[in-house]
Amino acid sequence: MLSSRHILGMDDLSTEDINRILETAESFAAVNERRIKKLPTLRGLTIVNLFLEPSTRTRTSFEIAAKRLSADGINFTASASATVKGESLRDTAATLAAMSCDLVIIRHKYAGAPRILSEMMDCPVVNGGDGMHEHPTQALLDLFTMKQRLGHLEGLRVGIVGDIAHSRVAGSLIPALLKVGAVPVVIAPPTLLPSRPDVMGAEVSWDLDEVLPTLDVAYMLRIQMERAEGMPFPSLREYARFYGMNSTRLAAMKPTAIVMHPGPMNRGVEISADVADCERSLVLEQVESGVAVRMAVMYLLLGGADSGAAA
Amino acid sequence: MENRTKAVVMDATAVDRAITRIAHEVLESNKGADGLAFVGIVTRGAHLAQRLADRVLEIEGAKVPVGTLDISFYRDDVSTRLNPEVHRTDLPFGISGMCVVLVDDVLFTGRTIRAAMDALMDYGRPSCVRLAVLVDRGHRELPIRADFVGKNVPTSGRERVRVHLTETDGEDVAFIAEGEEVPAC
Repeated sequence: MLSSRHILGMDDLSTEDINRILETAESFAAVNERRIKKLPTLRGLTIVNLFLEPSTRTRTSFEIAAKRLSADGINFTASASATVKGESLRDTAATLAAMSCDLVIIRHKYAGAPRILSEMMDCPVVNGGDGMHEHPTQALLDLFTMKQRLGHLEGLRVGIVGDIAHSRVAGSLIPALLKVGAVPVVIAPPTLLPSRPDVMGAEVSWDLDEVLPTLDVAYMLRIQMERAEGMPFPSLREYARFYGMNSTRLAAMKPTAIVMHPGPMNRGVEISADVADCERSLVLEQVESGVAVRMAVMYLLLGGADSGAAA
Repeated sequence: MENRTKAVVMDATAVDRAITRIAHEVLESNKGADGLAFVGIVTRGAHLAQRLADRVLEIEGAKVPVGTLDISFYRDDVSTRLNPEVHRTDLPFGISGMCVVLVDDVLFTGRTIRAAMDALMDYGRPSCVRLAVLVDRGHRELPIRADFVGKNVPTSGRERVRVHLTETDGEDVAFIAEGEEVPAC
């Protein structure tokens, strides 16, 4: 069991919780290599995917995770739900509660929506990405992927490159790395950094080429045209020239260093096509880890949930 | 939870003799070591499975494949009790068509074995599944029985039966411990 009933952000998880999730995910990763990938573990439980913002990979990943554990997964998407008819989050929550579901995964465009939902629901709530705030399961699967490839997390220098200010991926990954003893380094032009990057606890740099040789992981964030207000840099070409990962930059890194990206990629902007497809890019491993890590999160949140009543 | 010993039911010699006898019985019933595999339920069943395979190697000179099975995800009480530690299932051979001998330390309610059989079936279709346990303490809750038993120990439902092995606990011994058994899987 985890120390928190919900996973709304990395603050909910202790270092012990993180390690337990990663260890449990290893067992699920082994199951995902079997011919029969389904386990009976969460039979009879209902897991709701409340995705009020477009998403394919995260939603699909949660959906597959639920199915592999024999839970019944139900999808609510923004366009198909009553939200477009003007239903408030409060009413949506009440509706879900009335249908007695056992776990809700929520993605919402506003930061804090998962917390509001968690206060109204009797069941655990998992944040599947809220606005520019957090995306905790992404950070967990990133840690898992790094650990699988590099063997350990402690002491790793992880450069997070790109739109730090608007990124919920960075919002979860930075505290997650700090909790496991890794060193996050944020690398971006000042226009893409929050006004006080120092409070995040990460090292800050404006110069990618300078820090590249010291990194174990280069984590390239997606340039989110839909979130960036105004134009934070003169052109995409200029951004790619100063902050894009390409084969020349990859060659400047340690031979063991790896490149990661949360997807979907803008090829030719934050990552060049040849690097994206090379052996040192772990983009697909991240997707693969996603299912195992989300299975672990569901198992640990729902398993033992009735122990209070039974004991 | 305390492990204070109330009575020793098998000492190191008895454990060793039981393993030798079970190894012989398995070979006898299977008519040799062909198509045989030992699969131990973690943690102590896995060590016992390895010992049985070692013993079979001594007796018959045949190397029998050994696997380990973690049944955490197959338990019927996941919603009430969560295994604190999940171990890895390691079956480095195809079990389809094999005669699989499941190995565990103590047979109690039978629920662990039920879960183990379900888990096993997800890895393939063995030609048969047999069950070997070091101690059978009774009180079955499911229609399951062991094919090979080290020792039958009549117990009260309130007692706890524990097996310690050199690999995990530094000594080989089976004993009845004080205190009530937690509802077992």
